[in-house]
Order: sequence, then C-alpha cells, then structure tokens
Amino acid sequence: MAKKRPIALLSELASHKETFGGDMPLAPGHRMCIGCGIPPIVNEIILAINEPVIVSNATGCLEVTTGVYPVTAWNVPWIHVNFQSAATVIAGVETAYKVLKKKGVIPENKRIHFIAFGGDGGTYDIGFQALSATAERGHNVLYVCYNNEGYQNTGYQKSSATPIGAYTKTTPVGKAKVGKQEPRKDLTMIMAAHGIPYVAQASPHIFRDLTRKTKKAVSIEGFKFLNVLEPCTLSWRFSPEDTMRLAKLAVETRYWPVYEVIDGKYWKVNIKPKKPKPIEEYIAAQPRWKHVLKYPEVLERIQKEIDEKWNLLLHLEEMSKKLAEEEGVDYEELFKVPED
Amino acid sequence: MAQTKVIALTGNQAAAEAMRQINFDVAAVYPISPQTELMGFFAEYVANGEVDTEMIAVDGEHSAMATCIGAAAAGARTITASAGPGIAYMVENLYVASGMRVPMVLLDVNRALSAPLSIHCDHADSMLTRDTGWISIFSENAQEAYHNIIMSVKISEKAMFPIIVNYDGYIVSHSIEDVEILDDETVRDFVGPSDIHRIPYPLLDTDKPVTYGATAQPDYYTECKYQQHVDFLKVYDVVREVFDEFAQIIGKRYDFIEEYKTEDAEYIGISMGSSFGTLKDAVDRLREQGKKVGAIKIRLYRPFPVKEIAQALSKAKGVVVLDRADSFDGIGGPLFKDIASALLATENNPFVHNFIYGLGGREIHEEEFMRAFDRLERLEKGIETRENFVEYLQVRE
Repeated sequence: MAKKRPIALLSELASHKETFGGDMPLAPGHRMCIGCGIPPIVNEIILAINEPVIVSNATGCLEVTTGVYPVTAWNVPWIHVNFQSAATVIAGVETAYKVLKKKGVIPENKRIHFIAFGGDGGTYDIGFQALSATAERGHNVLYVCYNNEGYQNTGYQKSSATPIGAYTKTTPVGKAKVGKQEPRKDLTMIMAAHGIPYVAQASPHIFRDLTRKTKKAVSIEGFKFLNVLEPCTLSWRFSPEDTMRLAKLAVETRYWPVYEVIDGKYWKVNIKPKKPKPIEEYIAAQPRWKHVLKYPEVLERIQKEIDEKWNLLLHLEEMSKKLAEEEGVDYEELFKVPED
Repeated sequence: MAQTKVIALTGNQAAAEAMRQINFDVAAVYPISPQTELMGFFAEYVANGEVDTEMIAVDGEHSAMATCIGAAAAGARTITASAGPGIAYMVENLYVASGMRVPMVLLDVNRALSAPLSIHCDHADSMLTRDTGWISIFSENAQEAYHNIIMSVKISEKAMFPIIVNYDGYIVSHSIEDVEILDDETVRDFVGPSDIHRIPYPLLDTDKPVTYGATAQPDYYTECKYQQHVDFLKVYDVVREVFDEFAQIIGKRYDFIEEYKTEDAEYIGISMGSSFGTLKDAVDRLREQGKKVGAIKIRLYRPFPVKEIAQALSKAKGVVVLDRADSFDGIGGPLFKDIASALLATENNPFVHNFIYGLGGREIHEEEFMRAFDRLERLEKGIETRENFVEYLQVRE
C-alpha cells in the first residue's frame, strides 16, 4: 500500500511564503511540458511591457499548469474564470480600473496593462463570442492567442485552428476520412475585420518581432489581438528540443505568415521568405500530420490554401500602401513603435 | 431614522433608483425581459452623468457574469441583473463567483424557464441558483426590492459572498406602487465609499500580485470547498447585523422570515415573493370563518433559515408549502424540500403538503390559497388522502 503523504493544512499554508524565479512574470516550477512553446511566449510578451500588467487566462494548458493550488507560478496579478471568458473577464478588470481611476481610488498616474491569454480552443471556438464582443466594445486590452492548433490540454481534439488533414482524436485518419476535412479558420483576418487598432500574427522563434509587436500593441489605446503559433511537442509529436525549429519551418514555408494590421486596413507582411521551403518539410516533421504526404489530393489542398492566403496578404499589403498614399498617411510610420 | 420621500415607482424603477444611489462602479448587463426596463432606466442615469458607473453592454449573460467577476475581483463594486433563461445561461459562472469569494450583486427579476417560452413570473430561474453558494433574498414588493438592494451591497461585502436579490417579474417589476425612498446621502453613508481594499486581495493591487481562480487537485479541492461551507454558515450573522443596522435607518426591522398570524395557528401556509399579500388575504378570510391559520414568507432564502422556520412551525398541526416552481423529481417543489428539511429540527412533526402555483405568470387568487389550506386540513385530519406530496393548485385538467 502506498504511504500516505502528509498534506499541509490551509492555515499552515497561509503563513508560508516561498518564492523563486522572482524576476520572471511566469516563474519556473510550473507544470508545462518540456519543450512547450507557451512559457517563452508568455514571458517574452510580459517582459516587453515596462509597466504593471494584470493577466486573465482562459482554461487550458497555460492555466492548469501555472496556478495549481496552493502554489502559483504567476508573479503578476492573474485571474482565471473559465474556458470561454478570458477576454470579457479582463474587460471587467480594465473597466474597474477605469472607473476607480475616475473616482480617485487609483492614482491618476498609475498605468496598468491588461492582457488575456487563451489557447486556440478558448479563442477560435468557445471564447469567440466573448472575444468578438470585447473587441467591438474597444476595451484597452491585449488579447494573445497561443495557437497550438487543437485542444491539447484535453488530449488533442480538433479546433477550428486545426489544419486540413491533421490527425486529432476527433478527426482520426481512417479508410473513409483522412484527418480534419476543413481548412483552418482565419481568426487573424476575422479580428482585423473588427477594425480594431492592432492585429498581428507572430512566431515565438522570432523574439525581436514578438517583442516589437507587443510594445507596439500596448502603445495603442483600444483592443489589440496577437495570434502566436505555438508548436505542441506533445500532440504534434515532435521532440521537445524542436519547438522553435518547427515554428521557424512554419514561417519559412509560408504556412504561418508573420504580419501585422493597423486599424483593420493597413497590412504589412513582416517576413517574406524568398525561397519558401516546401510544405512537405514542415509536415514531415509532425507525426500528427505526416500521413497526408501519402495523399497527394490532401497535400494539394493544403498547398492551395497556403498559396492563396499568401497571395492575398501580399495584395493587401500593396493595397495598403496605395491607400496610405491616397490618404496622405506615412505607411512606414504606421508600424513604428514609439520609444518607451 | 432617516428622511424619506414617497414616490410612485415600478419595481424596476425602484431598483434603478437604489442602483443610482449606491453608485456602483461597474454594471455588466445583457437585455432580457422583464429585466430590460431596469437597465434602460439605469442607462439613463449613466448617460446623464448622474452616476460614476461604467455600464458594459456585454454579449450575453454568461459574459455578463464573467465580466462582473473580473470587475469584482479587481476591487470594484459590481452589479448585474437578469431573468429566467439569462440566469440559466450564467449558472456556470455563478459557481465561479462564490467559489472565488467575490462580493457582487445580481438582481434576478424572476421569470419562468423555457420550454414553452414564457417571459412571465415564476421562481424556476432562482431555483437554479439555490446550490450555487450565493446568498439569496426574496422581495415581496418594490419597497422591499429597493431596501434589499441597498442592504445586499453590505451583506455581500461583509460576508465575502455574492448575493442575489429576487423580485417577481412583471408583478413587481412593472407594477406601480408607493415606495419610500431614502435620501442619497443616507444610502451612500450606509454602503460606504468605493475602495479596492474593501476586499482583502484586490487584483488591481499590482504591488501585491494574487492568483484568482487556481485549479485544485484532489489534495486541496475538498479543503477549499470546506472553507466555503464554513464561511457560508457565518452568513446568517452577517445578514442579521446588516438587517439590524438598516433598522436604525428605516425604523423597521427585517427578519429572515416574516410571520403573519402564526402565534396560535394550527395550519400555516408558506410562500416567497409577491404572492404573500394574497396569502395573507386568504388567511384573513379563513380567520373570519373561524379557522386558525397563519402564513410565513421567506425573505432570506440562502442560506436557508432552518432554525427560524423550525421555531415558527413548532406548534403547527399542518403546513402547506406553496412553490412557484416545480422540481419534476417525484418529491415536490424546491421550497417544499427545504421546509421538510427544516422540520427535521422540530419535535411536533407537522403534516406537510405541497402545491405548485403561479407558473409562467399565472395569476393567483386568495380563493385558490384558501383551497390549499382546506386541502391541507382535510389531508391532516384524514378526511382526504393523497397519492403524492405535491399537487398543482391551479390547472385545467
């Protein structure tokens, strides 16, 4: 029989305080997988902001691994309510800040930044309504989707961010169907269509770009949305040391374009691989997906989606430049980050 | 005692007036009948700058409650309001709010649940909230709704639990009656000023970062729930204190329950909300016929006033519980089961019968309540028999 483990009483815990990794917003000691892409994304983003932040978190990998009672990995104020409400919860916090500042409860010069983190399940699917509504109301919030293209915390089911042909537990590969049938929902485009001041796609392997985008986002008043690809070692089934290599391949194959959009109308593609790598190279690195290499018709659909989207983005960029010129707006100036 | 002025107001207007006087920091709302009108009135106060409140028109009741949790955890004095299906939609988050111990106020303008769709009054919506760990108070009329809302802010913040104030849809929310309104200063002094440090761990205190809404494994979940359990039992004292304090202002003391002619009553009827006036009329008419009957109204519904009920029924021969919601469980209505449980603490073991009435806005008349008493007496005396504890009072078969 297993030996009974003594558990501290709540009263003992309440008198006990021990911290380590105090310099990081998200401290070490959390329970995320070795090789997980989420911690670098979170720390990169919060460290890019030089003022206090408050974080709201949707239920998911990040949430269940970082605040496990009675310990927490968060060195910033953090709140989790449920799966679908991260955007509107932080809107509530931000509104409280706004009104209490107006009432003089919070000093006039105290600036706080409000960030929500959600996975693609909590952002593309179940949290979409609250996300869209919070964006429409224009709360001063930065929403970050760490997008690992499926419900990884529940053991990998398909989300609307899962690509064509990918295996998930709810889209298995069988005789009648080869993985997921539908293309990814383009949430970044949808968020841009909200006309919010700033929308961007980023990849964790380009730290400078992610830092710059975060700084840019928080320099603007209003609702901002960042969609960051987060290769998942566990469900995509690559080796833990390859996370950033996968992210790099996603960008080099144009599978995950890195771009930004101002006010839903000025588009800029930040990275343009001159010689894009074949998508097969990216797919082959992921056991969740590599079976599609045996199905040319599926591969063709994947390539078509990538090419069409890439082409559209380049056209949107060209259109933006012309639009800016017509309006007498300095296109390059739009994307500059103000000095801290 | 404070100065008051009497104004003719609907229940919704009286509630909006209380909200204006309290000057909540944040209100997150979504429209649903019969609550819509209330938020319309309040939005006028916001639009005219008569309050500091930031009103957030959210995308649904689920988000309304989530937004309120964020605002309340931040340290803001927070309110939302809903009804019927809207309450049903926010239930997941009601548990989150009480589990995270954030104080806030929810006005439930009681409405039936679908299907069939009905925008009219019954208590099915509120019964969805009875196990959520929220304090719950029922109001008989606009005056009580007004007083309950003012007291609820203080109860909630002292107890560190969220609170629901119920008042009946349309019957109270849309009917005009005379309401004694306190002056603004009295209300604001009573509830106290906004301050994030009203609560022990405000999220907005960035110098002392706190984690709200952590996950708990089997090693601690029980302890977290036990703390909630123990503290919820302390709510009785908090409510009593606030009722006492409020009595100083209005010159009248509210109790957990209200008794009417129960002193020598053999048979007692129990209801909640707006039907209590009708129940009292039924009692009066039966008394004229020489029947020793009485009535009890439940004001504090959660936590349930077990001791007070047991005491009030300690001499009764029979009790008829009048439920404005059905449980569809082969036992009886929700209030019936609560009363039956409270009777475990009595020695006289009175006979208990249950009637369902007033569903989906069905009007209730004193003759019907008189019939309920009559049936109770006949059952208790063995003149009639029953197949079930619960029967429908008003139905065309």
